[in-house]
Order: sequence, then structure tokens, then C-alpha cells
Amino acid sequence: MLRIPCPHCGLRDYTEFRYAGDATKPRPAHGTGEQRAWYEYVFVFDNPKGPHLEYWQHVEGCRQWLVLERDTSTNTVGQSWLARQGAKP
Amino acid sequence: MTALSHYSAFALARRALFGSKWQRAWRKPDPRPAYDVVIVGGGGHGLATAYYLAARHGITKVAVLERGYLGSGNVGRNTTLVRSNYQMPGNTEFFEHSLKLWEGLSHELNFNVMLSQRGQLVLAHGPGQLDVLARKGNTMRLNGIDCELFDRPDVQRFLPFLDYSKSCRFPIYGGLFQPRAGTVRHDAVAWGYARAADRLGVDIIENCEVTGFLRDGAAVNGVETSRGRIHAGRTLISVAGHSSHLARLVGLRLPIESHLLQAFVTEPIKPFLDCVLSFGAELFYISQSDKGGMVFGGHIDGFNSYTQRGQFPKVRTVAECAVALIPGMSRLRLLRHWAGIQDMTPDGSPFMGRTPLRNLYFNGGWCYQGFKATPAAGWCMAHALAHDEEHPFIRHLALDRFERGNGSDEYGLGLWTYKQ
Repeated sequence: MLRIPCPHCGLRDYTEFRYAGDATKPRPAHGTGEQRAWYEYVFVFDNPKGPHLEYWQHVEGCRQWLVLERDTSTNTVGQSWLARQGAKP
Repeated sequence: MTALSHYSAFALARRALFGSKWQRAWRKPDPRPAYDVVIVGGGGHGLATAYYLAARHGITKVAVLERGYLGSGNVGRNTTLVRSNYQMPGNTEFFEHSLKLWEGLSHELNFNVMLSQRGQLVLAHGPGQLDVLARKGNTMRLNGIDCELFDRPDVQRFLPFLDYSKSCRFPIYGGLFQPRAGTVRHDAVAWGYARAADRLGVDIIENCEVTGFLRDGAAVNGVETSRGRIHAGRTLISVAGHSSHLARLVGLRLPIESHLLQAFVTEPIKPFLDCVLSFGAELFYISQSDKGGMVFGGHIDGFNSYTQRGQFPKVRTVAECAVALIPGMSRLRLLRHWAGIQDMTPDGSPFMGRTPLRNLYFNGGWCYQGFKATPAAGWCMAHALAHDEEHPFIRHLALDRFERGNGSDEYGLGLWTYKQ
């Protein structure tokens, strides 16, 4: 079972969380009409085999959004922090 | 090169009587310095592409490069189902072409792939869902694909052991049956295509990992591998699960995430379920193998991973689906479960055809449907490699379709990789 360290609730089963994808992609500025930027943001993934920064929401706990470091080739979990602190704390 | 023998009842009897040794099914050549076509990935799709290139287009200077051994990827990790009940324009024709190729495949390859057309029943658990299946059935029949709509008594006559009780959480309203759907022995698909392609002169090179691509401006003209540099007129990436990983080596980013899909086999029991059965209340599909094991699968685990190891909560969810649908399975024990890495795309449909780089072609993003597509994917990619244009069946599957706003949302779930 993958277990995720929540900054508020401690180490919890991943089933309490909702996965929400790559946390490294910058959102285009509001009102940006450039299609290419939105295409990249919405549809394109780096999808690395190795270290990955990703969003999870602790829906069955504190309901906070967090950023998690995880290695996609081993599922080894690293640090986590609140998403409002940005892609790097 | 030794001449490889033809498989037949006569050959079997001769070997049984005189005990001569079976020859290896394909050669083990060293890579040559250059080929007309290099196919990266020795899975079902890569091998099928090589076979149709040689058999239909006369292009035999072809190499298939496989990082591990043949059949070690998703072609040996799926639930072996084949069917053609799709309803988006393009998909219907493509998967029907695939099923037609499956029907002649054992004969064509001189290798028994053990196609068993036992039929597939997709269940509906409400009147709305039955309407959706009726619409799908109409689409199929307008395309010349036979199917039959079952009401509840039909399903009960056909499969009397499902849960028809009053307390059932998801009551069965009916279903859509495709009689020509069924199962195939998956390993035999890899071996059969490999042997048939090898006999036509294709080099199948195992334990050969691609580590980079040879670039000449906007063109790709070969690959760097763990067994040396190989030049290629045209190169195809056909590596389910690791598509993003390979594409990055050549500088492409794809609308793909790699997710895990688990499959399960129970202990073998006597013949019990004689069709492929799909639950309608959750993603769950089950069939019984010729050895007697119940083979089934469900949704992806829900987050991207390359580990090939599934998470336990999904085992529980899938087992719950099994028992909700077939209460008689509650005491069966699981023998094995395993996970394959699959490319998930935003619309659940694959990408096939040319790429922004000249002489580089791509086949990937197959989500749940790669195995059943194997013959047609090989057929269409061989066409693309031979003629530098997409076959009409795959024109809606271009790599840039999201940029153009042309997603092909077969399941009506929205464009969302991990919802497919």
C-alpha cells in the first residue's frame, strides 16, 4: 500500500487521497488566448520514469491539497508540503 | 539461416514417431548496421507491424528491437479479450478490421493463437444504460457487425448464476451481446507473429535496449542501442507503457501518462463461464481460461507509475465487483495478480501515425485496448511506414488531435487521462 505523508495528518493510506497530476506545470495566466500554452498545460505530460512532483488532495482527511515527491519507477515517497506553498517549499 | 519447418498435424505426428528435435521458432541474429525500417518494441504491435511490412508491403529489411525477451511486456500481461463493439467513427471500423484479422490469424501465421469466439456480454444495470447499449448496438449493426440486445430474462437464461436477487445492489436490466468476440492465447500472438515475420527475413533482436535516436535536423535516421548504432530509413516507436520515456529521448513530449492496470487469475475450476462478461456498474470484465482459471480485471490504479506492481486496494475493489456480479465466486482463491504499465491518453484512444519528426512514426497510448487491436495496429502501422501516410482507419488518431480540438471521446468521460 502506498502511504502518503500529509503535513497535517501524518502518514496515511493513499486511498484517503485523490491524485491530481503533475505539480510542475505552470498554469497559463488568466485570459491567455494562446492555444499552444493551454494545450501544453492541459494535455501534455512529462510523465517521467523517476522523480515526480505531483498534487494530491487529502479528501478523506484534512481536505488540504499537497505536493508530494514520489519516484514513479519504485513508488518511493519523499517529502510533501502544502500546495499553497508552491511547487517548491 | 536454417529453413524453419511448417507446423502441421503431419509434422507433429512425424516428430512424435521419430523424436526429431523442434527447431527454434525464430533466429537470434546480431543487429546489422542498417535497415529500411527499425521497430522499437517487440510486443504484439511491433511484431505485427514487422510481419505486415514483410508480408503485405514486401519490405523485409526490418529489425524489431526488444529490450527484454519477447512477450515480457503487455502482450503477456493482458486479459486476452478481443471484440469490436466500439461506436466512435473510425474506431468501429478499426476494431472490426482487427477482429476480422484475428479470425484468420492462426491460418495466416501457421501458429495456433487459440482464438475462441465465445461471445461477449456487456451488462446494463438501469434503463438508461440499456438505451446506451441499444444505441451502440445500432451503430455496430449499421457497420455490419452482428450483435444482439438481451433483456433481463434473456440474460438470466444465458447466465443463470449471476445475482438476480431482490437485494442486489446493481440489478441487471439487460445487455448487449457480440457473438464474435472472445479470447486469444496472448503469448501465442507474440510468438506467432515473431516466427512468421522471421521466416520472411525480419531480424528480431532481443535484449537490445534503445538508448537514443540518431537525428539529422528534423529527421530521425536510426537508433543508438545497447548493442550498437543501427541506421534506419524509417523508425517506429511501439513501446506500450514506456512511450513517454522513449519519446523524451528524441525530444518529444506526449499527451500520455503511464498508469498501472492489474489483472487477476483464480485457481482453476470446472467449466463455468462460457462467454466474456462485462459488468456495467463498474469497470470489470471476466472470462474463464481454457485451464479453468477465472481471468479478470478492472480499472487502473489511479496514479501514474512504472513499477509493474499493483496496489492492494484495487485487488479488493475488483474482487468486490466479481462477487457482486457472480456470488458463486466468493470462495475462489486468487492464484496470481500482476500489473502492466499502460499509456493513458486524455480521450482513451491511441495515437498512431507520423510524428513532427521526419521518418519517425509512433504507435502508443493504447489505454485498455492494446491487445485486441494488435493485428489492425500492425496492419495500419505497416501501411504508414510503407507509404508515409496514415491508413484511413487511423486518420482520427493523429498525435496532434488535442491541439486541434479533435479528441475522440469513445467513452463520453471527458478528456482526462486518469478518468478513462
